[in-house]
Formats: sequence, C-alpha cells, structure tokens
Amino acid sequence: MTDISMPATGTFVQRQLDVTSQAAAARVKRRYRAEKRFRFYGLAAVLFAALCLVILLSDILNKAWPAFTQSRLTVDVPVTAEAVDVNNAGAGDYDGAVRDGLRAVFPAVTSRADKKALNAVLSSGASDALRRQVMANPALIGQTVKISATLSSDADLYLKGSATRAHEQPAAFAAKVSGTTGSITVDGGAGAFAGELAALKRITSARAESMRREATRLATTAQSISADLKASETRLASATAAGEKEVAATYDALVKRHTENKATLEAQTSAMRDSAEALRNRASDIKGSENLDTAMPSLLILIKGGVVKATSVSVDGVKGDVIVPLASDTAAQPGAWKMLVVESPEDSRKIQDRQIAFLETLKQKGAVQSVFNWPFFVSGDSREPELAGILGALVGSAYTMLVTLLLCLPLGVGAAIYLEEFAPKNRLTNLIEVNINNLAAVPSIVFGLLGLAMFLNFFGMPRSSPLVGGLVLALLVLPTIIIASRAALKSVPPSIREAALGVGASKQQAVFHHVLPLAVPGIMTGTIIGMAHALGETAPLLMIGMIAFIVDVPARLTDAATVLPVQIFLWSDLPELGFQAKTAAAIVVLLLFLFVMNGLAIVLRKRFEIRW
Amino acid sequence: MSATYFAALAAIVLASYLYGSRRAYALRALSPSGGVHSLPVYHGWYMAAICALPMVILFMVWASAAPRWIETQAIQKLPVAMQSADPLARATVLREIASAAAGGALAQSASPEIKQAASSMQSLTELSNWAMLGAGLGLAGLGFLWGASRLRPDFRARNTVEKVVTGALIACSVVAVLTTVGIVFSVLFESLRFFGKYPWNEFLFGLQWSPQTAMRADQIGQSGTFGFVPLFVGTMLIMLIAMLVATPIGLFAAIYMAEYATPKFRATAKPVLEILAGVPTVVYGFFAALTVAPLIRAAGNYAGLDVASESALAAGLVMGVMIIPFVSSLSDDVINAVPQSLRDGSYALGATKSETIKKVVLPAALPGIVSAIMLAISRAIGETMIVVMAAGLAGNLTFNPLDSVTTITVQIKTLLVGDQEFDSAKTLSAFALGFVLFFFTLILNMAALKIVQKYREQYD
Repeated sequence: MTDISMPATGTFVQRQLDVTSQAAAARVKRRYRAEKRFRFYGLAAVLFAALCLVILLSDILNKAWPAFTQSRLTVDVPVTAEAVDVNNAGAGDYDGAVRDGLRAVFPAVTSRADKKALNAVLSSGASDALRRQVMANPALIGQTVKISATLSSDADLYLKGSATRAHEQPAAFAAKVSGTTGSITVDGGAGAFAGELAALKRITSARAESMRREATRLATTAQSISADLKASETRLASATAAGEKEVAATYDALVKRHTENKATLEAQTSAMRDSAEALRNRASDIKGSENLDTAMPSLLILIKGGVVKATSVSVDGVKGDVIVPLASDTAAQPGAWKMLVVESPEDSRKIQDRQIAFLETLKQKGAVQSVFNWPFFVSGDSREPELAGILGALVGSAYTMLVTLLLCLPLGVGAAIYLEEFAPKNRLTNLIEVNINNLAAVPSIVFGLLGLAMFLNFFGMPRSSPLVGGLVLALLVLPTIIIASRAALKSVPPSIREAALGVGASKQQAVFHHVLPLAVPGIMTGTIIGMAHALGETAPLLMIGMIAFIVDVPARLTDAATVLPVQIFLWSDLPELGFQAKTAAAIVVLLLFLFVMNGLAIVLRKRFEIRW
Repeated sequence: MSATYFAALAAIVLASYLYGSRRAYALRALSPSGGVHSLPVYHGWYMAAICALPMVILFMVWASAAPRWIETQAIQKLPVAMQSADPLARATVLREIASAAAGGALAQSASPEIKQAASSMQSLTELSNWAMLGAGLGLAGLGFLWGASRLRPDFRARNTVEKVVTGALIACSVVAVLTTVGIVFSVLFESLRFFGKYPWNEFLFGLQWSPQTAMRADQIGQSGTFGFVPLFVGTMLIMLIAMLVATPIGLFAAIYMAEYATPKFRATAKPVLEILAGVPTVVYGFFAALTVAPLIRAAGNYAGLDVASESALAAGLVMGVMIIPFVSSLSDDVINAVPQSLRDGSYALGATKSETIKKVVLPAALPGIVSAIMLAISRAIGETMIVVMAAGLAGNLTFNPLDSVTTITVQIKTLLVGDQEFDSAKTLSAFALGFVLFFFTLILNMAALKIVQKYREQYD
C-alpha cells in the first residue's frame, strides 16, 4: 500500500485512475453516445435491407396490378354463311365478322381512316373464341352470336388509365348544340368554359416558356459559334498576312462553315422566338379562343349519346367535329353530359382521339367490361401484349424442374451419404469436398457455357429443350443439395449409428435404415431451397437457347420451350407498353411459386426437425 | 421406345427380385445348418442388380451411339450429289430427313430423295430399337442365369449388394468432379481455339472491345477487336458500386443481428434478408432497368448531370442490394463463431458493447469477414441478369459511374444468344471470357474458403 502511494521512483510509475472528474464524466457520456450511435447504425442497416425489399415488391405489385384484369367488349356478331363456309368452318373470315359486328354499333363510321381506327380497337385475336365456338357448333352459322371480344392492348391500357392520363369533368351547366353531325358548336352560355379555357391558356403559356428556353439555348450556341468565327477570322487574317497559303485555306473553309452554321442557327432562333412570342400572346389573351392542335391536350365532349372533339375553345362555347353522331340537337341539361380531358397530346400517345371516342361510347352503352385476365394463365406467348400468356413458360418450367429434381435428388443424396458416412479421409475425398464447395460458388452463366459446349455441341442434344435445361440446372443445384444433405446427415447423433451397429447391423444397414430416415426432413428442406433457386435461374438457360420465341405449349421433354424467368426476361425487353405490366405479372407469379416453396421448406424445418 | 425399354427393365427388376428372395427361403431347406448367410431381401436385390445393370449400361452406350450410325446410313442413301462434306449442309439435310421421317406438314413437301432417306431412317431406327430391346433382354437373361447359379446358402449376397451400392454412391460423388472437369474442358478448348485465331496478349491488354465481325470479306472493320480491358474495367466498376452498398450495410446488419437483436427481432429480420437473397436475379434486373435507372437519370438531369440511360450506377446499386444478404449471413455466422470468452474478457475490462465489437469481436472475426466479402465479390462479378438488363452493351473504357459500361457476363450472353457460327472468333471469344470469369471467381472462392477453414480450426 505504502509502495503504491509513494511518488514514482526509478522504473515504477504510478497511474491515477480518474473516474470522478468532470472530464471523466464527459468521457463516459461520449462513450455511451458512441455506443448508441453504433447500435443505431446496425438497426438502420437491417431496416434499409427491409425497406429495399418492401420497395422492390411494392413496385412490382404496382406495375403488375393492371395485368390481372382485362377489358373485354360485348358485341353482337353476325356469322353469315358468306363469311363462314359450313363445310370448312375453321377457315372462315371471323375477323371480318367481328369487325362488322362492331361497325354495326357505329353506323356513322364510313371513311377509311375511321374504319381503320375502329378496327384497331379490337385485338388481332378478338375472333379466336368465336372461331372455336362456331367450329364446335356449326349451327351458329347464319345466326347472330353475342361474343366477348378481346380489345387491343392500346385500348385496354387506355381503359385502365395506365397509358394516358385523362380525367372527366361533369358539366354543371346546360349546353346547346348546333347540330348532330359535322362541325358543330356546343354553347354553354356566358363564361361556361372559362375554367377549361384558363387551363388551356396555362398549358399554352408553359409551351411558350419551354420554347423560349430552347430559343435561348440556341442563341447561346450561336454566340459560341460566332466567337469561333471571330477567332477563325483573326487566324485567317494573320495567315494571309504571313503568306501561309495552306493554313489560310483551312481557316477560310472553317470561316465559311461557321458563317453558315451561325446563319442557320440564328434563323432557327428567331423563328423559335417568334413562335414562342405568338404562343405567349395567345396565352396572355385571356378572353381569346384557343385552338386545339395535336400538340395540345384533347377535349372530348360526351353529349346526347355522341362525342364531339373540340377544335377550338372560347369562354362561352366550343367549336368541334362530331366523331360519334349525337342523338338529337336539343339542349343537354347540367349533369346529363360531360367533358373528357385527355392530358397527353394526341401526337405523343398511341391511341387516337377517335378511338377514345369509340371506347367512351361503348363504355356508356355498357358494352365494355373489366374481367379477371384468365387468358393470361391459359395461353402461350404472343407478339400481341393482350394475347400473351404464361402457360407455355409454366409448363416449360414444370418439365425443366422435373428433370432437375429427378437428377439432382438421387445424385445429391448419394454423394452426401458417401462423403459423410463412407468416404475414407484421403486426398481424393478431400479433393471432391473442395471441389463441391467451389462448384457452389461458380457463376451460373458458366454452367450455361458447359451446357452449350457439352450437351448441345458435343452430345448433340436438342436445343432449347427442357431436357437440357433440366440437366444444366441439376448440375447447378447439385452442390447446394449435397451440402444441405451432408449437414442433415451430420446432425444425426452418432449414438443412433452406434446403437444400430451394436445390434449387428452392417454399416450400410445402419445408414439406410436408421440415419437416413432421420435426416429426411433436413434433406427435403435443402432440396426445396435448391429447387427454388433453380426455378428462378435465368442466365444458364439463355446459353442453351431457351430464349426462343415459342407460342406452343411444349408437350415433350425434347420440345423447344422456355421457362418463366426467361419469359420475364424476354418480355422485359419488348418496347410495347402493354408488355410491361405482363412482365410484372409474370414476376408476381414466379415470386408466388418461390414463396410457396420457401414457406414449405420453413414449415418442414419447423415441424419435422429433430433437435438432439 | 425408351419407354418400352424401361418398362421391360422394371418388369425384369421386379421379377428377378421376387425370384431371388423366394430362392433364399428355399435355400434354407438346403442348408445343412438351416441358416443362410444373407437376408432374403439381399438375394432379391442381388438378382435385380445383376439383371438390371447390364441393361442400363447397354442403354447408355446404345442410345449415344445408335443415332449417329443411323444418320450416316441415311445420308449414304442419298444420291452422291446431295452428300456434302460441309458439316453445316450435312446438318441441314439431316434436319430435313428427320422432319420427313417424323411426318407432319413437312413430310409431304419433301423431295423424293429425302423421302427415300427418311424411310430408310425410319426403318433403321425401328430396327435399332428392336435390336436394343432384344440385346438388353438377352443380357438380362445371361445375368439372371449367372446370378441364379451363384445363389447358395453360404453366398454373401449382402456384401455383394453393398459393394454395388457403395459403387453407386461413389459414382454420385464423382459427378460433381466431372462437372468441374466438364466446365474446365469446355471453356478451355474453345478458348484455345480462340487464341489460335486471336493473339492472347492483344486480348488481355487490348483497350478496345468491338466483337462485330463482318458478314462479307470486303466490309469495313472486317475482323473484330477483342480487347478485354474495357470489360474488366466495367465489371470492376459495377462490382465496386455493389460492394460499396453491400459491405457496410451487410456488415452492420450482421453485427446488429448477432450482437444486439433480441431473439424476436432476429426471428423476423432473418427471413426478410433470406427473401432478399431468394428473389431471382431477373426480378432485380427488371427493377433496375425499369425503376431505378429512370429514377437515377431523372435525378441526374435535375442536378444538371448527364446520365446514361443504362448507367453503371443503377446496375451497381441494385446488385448491391442483392448482395447484402450474402455478406450479412456469412458475416453473421463468423461473428457468432467468435468465442463468448473473448467478449466476456473485454466486458470485464470495462469496455462497452460497441467497443468490444470494434476492438475484440471484429478483429477476431476479420478473416471470416474478409472471406465473406470475397465470396460476395465473386458473386457480383459472376452475376448476369441484372447487368444484362440494366447495363450497356458498348465497351466504354470509363470510370464514371454515370456512364454506360459493359461487363464480362453481358458480353458472354450477347455473343452466345441467337444464331451463331461455331467457328468465328466472335463466338469463341465468349468462351475465352467464360474462361477468365471461371478462373477469376475460382481463385476468389478457393482463397475465401481456405481462409474460412483456417479460421474455423482456430476456434474449434
């Protein structure tokens, strides 16, 4: 005690523990703050991962939602004997018949362009169901059949509201129309359309502003060119003065080019300034009427069973062309008519105003229904988004998984039993073990290369077939299954083996009669997880050609097929907007399968796992 | 046909099994001591195996050899003018013959020569099938006779069957080795062929990647350039972005799960991370291409930056999210494996929990964490679908994450999907890329696994 409290002498240094001073208290506080911070980082990391999952799933669900419903059109189709021959019912002109049926709803559609627009509302597969129906029952020829026809993808997307932004405005005032066909005016009384006009003026002024900005950008470019021009001119002058002819010629050409560019740019700039100015004047003239061109939103007026497309809007009324004739020219009461504002301009969307008018009329007649999209689950792939389904891919996946399971389960379990129970500890088994562990981490695309070089080119197996796909995936998941099965075998306590051996069983009897049955739940869990992994695998299957566009549902293991993840990849590459929702819907189906499989694995683990 | 063969096989297995086990009961009477060495079951299995094995082996040999023989015979039936030495023309003719032989719409429109060859192919196939069945049955019969002659009371049926089973088990575990050998050979041979056409040093150190080879000889840019460097840089760039996301988040998540989380929290958080790992990569690719990339582009434009629509950043970020669970679950394991005594020692000295983790647990677990990160890197380099869907195709040599880059896997996929001529440098270069990818990831994996093994031994 005295030694310690003595002042430091020689080599002995006393160290005072300061735990009471204010500095010490601050230090402790700082350490606890650091502790809290550290803990928060950890929690934040876990929450971030969870958030990523939520965002991923909700984004895909949100995109997939529209694909689970489908708009269908109820239409009366006259199946005439001219269109369909009784003796050859399969070859009849059903498309024409369905078009005629739709045309009958719109007797006023006579011009070529209108007919074309109306036909484009229907899917190219609209008559398939009718064909089947008539072939099954030829007595229908000569009758009028009520069918539910598939709409084209663009029409479908419009009706779902996912491609074009449109909103309806019920009208709070009475409207007088000047006629039922041709160019007419819709008069709503003083100031009736002031709201619409103001909205249009706002859009015009925004267009003017963006045009002005573009003009400014052009002007800046022109300025920089004129600076270049000046520099070139100076160089030209100095080169000419120095008598360097070649250099002078180069700069002469440069000056000419710059001058030309400058002139074009300046002309463009001034033209754009002028049109921006004109637009701004139009916008600032609050009372003046506004013309609707294809770069402006469309205003459709649904009145008296007809549709008027506005060409010009003033404060009191609208001038427009009738697309679908009105029933009468009497005044429409407030609430009995409405306006439809399609916000995206006509030249930046796929569906025309005419088609919107037809669809809205059909909708008002109650001929359009939104139903669950069964065809998506029971048809094969197609180039048309509204006809494409996942059945082919599902069947292809099922075949591929069957081959994979039949191969990798016996092989994997056999290898695991040998390595865990029988293998002597030597170099060879050590090599096998290292090899399996490494194989589990080889990139999946490399297995695709193996499949391509070995199975397709060397053994000459059929390309794109579930057989080869299953083989490749079996090799891919084999290490997973071996590792899981070994873990399951290892978890069976040695006492089981010893008891079996003790009553006279052979080594193999002990393993097959006693150890293996106890390891089955673990092996099953590992197998299901491995199969789930195989089900979601895409890259190696691309290598062996399972990426072909295949309409038919495969019937044999050697038929060309595709699988669900590859179908997703194929669809995601297509430019049509309709396929985006289909892709997301296919993803939802795939994820559902995976969740069910993984859930099954968890249940198996929970229920049958034996804790020793 | 193979269905018939296997039905016969099944019937024979059943019959010989039943015969073997019955005989075992009968042998009991013959035995002087009244005992038989093995259980009747083993006699049954012995008989089944000795009948079935020759049949199975015969099927494997026959099924792989017969089609080629039939094809050669069918082609020889064609007039000499139609027999071509060119493998491509030969394959076309064969396809025609095969489709004509299979019947269907094409069969009627085929030329008489083809039809003749097809009919000979049909008859030959039928002949070969019957011959295979006959030979198989004969072999099974021989096996049966020989096996039956060996059944005696002191016959060690169990030992023989167990030997067969052990052989089968060894064969199962050799499949994994064969897979590796197959991978090595398939990428190695094609790569060697590629390097026969293209110098290896230009491949490894070339700065330009444009594999487009011209269709006609007089076209410009007739032979492609296969410079690996842009692909390597692109792969590394995306991998680096992914690891910048995955390493800190995965590591912190692992620390929290292993050290702080209550069992209840763990029980919910662990499945969430597992789901993140179980989502197929094609789904991540879709998400990256259609949601994240446009978002980054919009944000970049808002900030006045020029962002490519297939930026490395989008692919890298999404890949990073995909890799989080790999880092976290492996790190979680190694952190859990650090002995509690080390922590207790640190607490006893007055350290807080975070100080213990930073100063004691993490240094002790460092080798394991490093190997977890190495495995994650190997996963990021080999990942295909995310980059195929969200990264670019052009081999830009750039380090700018907002630019579009391409990766090794994207190029393999692009070069090998669709119709290919199997001799062009373009197609073969994909195998050279596969070779590089395989060995690069192999070295990473082996090093990582070695580290983990060493580390396990240290604390076991």
